[in-house]
Amino acid sequence: MVETKTDIIVAGGGPAGIAAAVTAARAGRKVILIERGKFSGSKNVFGGAVYAKAVREIFPDFEEKAPLERRSVKHNFALLGKEDFTVISYGSAHSSETETYITERGKFDRWMAQEARKEGVIIVEETVVRELIIEERGGKKNISGVRTELEDYYADIVILADGVNSLLAEQAGLRGKIEPKDVALSIKEVIKLDREKINERFGVKADEGCIYQIFGGPMLGIVGLGFLYTNKNSVSIGLGIALNELISRQVKPYDVLDELKNHPAVAPLIKDGELLEYSAHLIPECGYKKMPKLYADGVMIAGDAGMLVDNVHWEGTNLAMISGKTAGETAVEALNAGDFSAKFLSRYEKSLRETFVIKDLYTYRDVMEVIHKHAGEFLGYYPQKINAFFKMFTGVDGIPKRDKYHAFIKSIFTDRKISKLSKDVAGMVKLIWSIMK
Amino acid sequence: MSMDKKLYTLKYTPDANSHLKPDLEKCKTCKAKICTIICPAQVYSCGEPVTVNFENCLECGACKIACPYIGWEYPRGIKGVMFKHG
Repeated sequence: MVETKTDIIVAGGGPAGIAAAVTAARAGRKVILIERGKFSGSKNVFGGAVYAKAVREIFPDFEEKAPLERRSVKHNFALLGKEDFTVISYGSAHSSETETYITERGKFDRWMAQEARKEGVIIVEETVVRELIIEERGGKKNISGVRTELEDYYADIVILADGVNSLLAEQAGLRGKIEPKDVALSIKEVIKLDREKINERFGVKADEGCIYQIFGGPMLGIVGLGFLYTNKNSVSIGLGIALNELISRQVKPYDVLDELKNHPAVAPLIKDGELLEYSAHLIPECGYKKMPKLYADGVMIAGDAGMLVDNVHWEGTNLAMISGKTAGETAVEALNAGDFSAKFLSRYEKSLRETFVIKDLYTYRDVMEVIHKHAGEFLGYYPQKINAFFKMFTGVDGIPKRDKYHAFIKSIFTDRKISKLSKDVAGMVKLIWSIMK
Repeated sequence: MSMDKKLYTLKYTPDANSHLKPDLEKCKTCKAKICTIICPAQVYSCGEPVTVNFENCLECGACKIACPYIGWEYPRGIKGVMFKHG
C-alpha cells in the first residue's frame, strides 16, 4: 500500500473542509483534502443559501466570481393551515453587508474546491476515507493519518469535515450516540421554471431571490418545516422533519412533500414546473447539547461533523466555513509550534466559543427540547388559530364584528382547557427564557 | 409522481456490492420495518427479511440512525449517487 505524508489532511470537501484547507494552504502548509464525491458538492444537499459575511472571510471576492443563483431580497414566513394560509413577508430594496445568496451546492462547492486547488490545496476526489489511523504515542492515542481504499495518508493534523454522518468522529470516539430526534431528514426537489415566471410569481426582478420558511400544512403539529428557495431558472422546494417524528407517526417523507406541493399556498408557485432533481440529506438538529468535543490528539472536527448547525435560523454553511477557517488557523499554529496535542488543539474550540458559531448554538441549547415537547401547540394549534383569526377578520358575512370577536376569543377557551392554555404560556415563557437567560 | 421517476433525475454509478447491510436475522423478526417508511428513496421494501435496493440509495444516513441493526457505510469513492444541483 502506498503511503503519503503531509502537514494536514482534511476529510471532506464541503464548506468546512475547503475553508480549513485553503486557510492552511495560504499559510504555506501542505494540505491534502479528500472528497468522496466525483467533485465537491456532488454528494451534498442544502436548501439553500450561503451568507456573504462568512464566505467573504474565505473568498473575499466571491460575489464577482462564484456561481450564485440569486441574491435574496425577500424572506417569507408562511403559516399554513389545512387549506388556508397566512404569509408574513420581509423585504428590502437596499442591499446590505449581510447579504444572503441562494445557490446550489453542486456548483458552489465545486467552485470553492477549484479556488482551493489554485491556492495549492491538493484535492483527491472520488476517494472515501475509510478509517483514521490511530497510533500510540507516549501512552496516548494519537490520530496520525487516514486510510482510504487505495492509500494511507499520514499527517501531523487531521481535520474531520466529513459531514453529518461523520463515521470518522464516531471512530475517534468523539461523538455520542446520535438518536433519531437529533437529526432532521430533509428531502428536496429542484423544479425547473422560467426566470420570468419566477420573477412574476415571487414579485422579484432580475437576479433577486426569495426564500420561504413554511410552517404547518401537512406538518401541523409535527417537528418539521418546509422551505423554498428561488434559483435563476428553478426553485428548490423541500422540507426537513425530525427523524423521530417520521418514525413515531409512520409517515413517509416524500408523501409529506407531495402534500406540501399541493397546498394552496405552494401549488401556484411551482405550477407547470418540471422536476430536475430529487435529493435527500440529514440535518444535525441537536446543537450545543450533543456537540462533540471538537478536538483530540492530532485531530479537529468542523462543520456538520461537529453538529455545528443553527437550525433556528437555518444557518449551516456559515458555521461550517467559520469553524473550518478556525480549525485551519489552529492547525497552522500547531504546526508552527510543533505541538499537535489535544491540549494545544483545544485552542480551536476556545476560539470558536468566542464566535457566533458556538455562542448561537449555546443560545438555542434548549429550544429543540421545548419544541419537541410543545410541537402540537406551537407548530399545530396556534398556526391554525392565526389563520382562523384572519379568516374571521377578513370574512364579510353580515355578522356584527363585536359578535365575531367574542366568538373568536371564546373559541380559544373552548378549544383548549384553561390548564392546557396555561401550560402553553408556560412553554412559551420557558422557550423565551431558555434563549435569553 | 412515482419514486422511480424522482430517482430517474439522478445519476447513479451502482457498486457491485451493497454498502447497506441490515442484520438479516433481526430483520426477519422485526415488525416495525421502519426502514421501509423513513427511507426517502424506498431503498428498503417489505419482506422477511427486507429487500435492499442499495442502487437507489441517496446516502443520507437516515436508516443508520433509525435502525440500530443496519450496517452502514459510504459506497466506494467512484460509486453511488451524484447530485448535480444539491
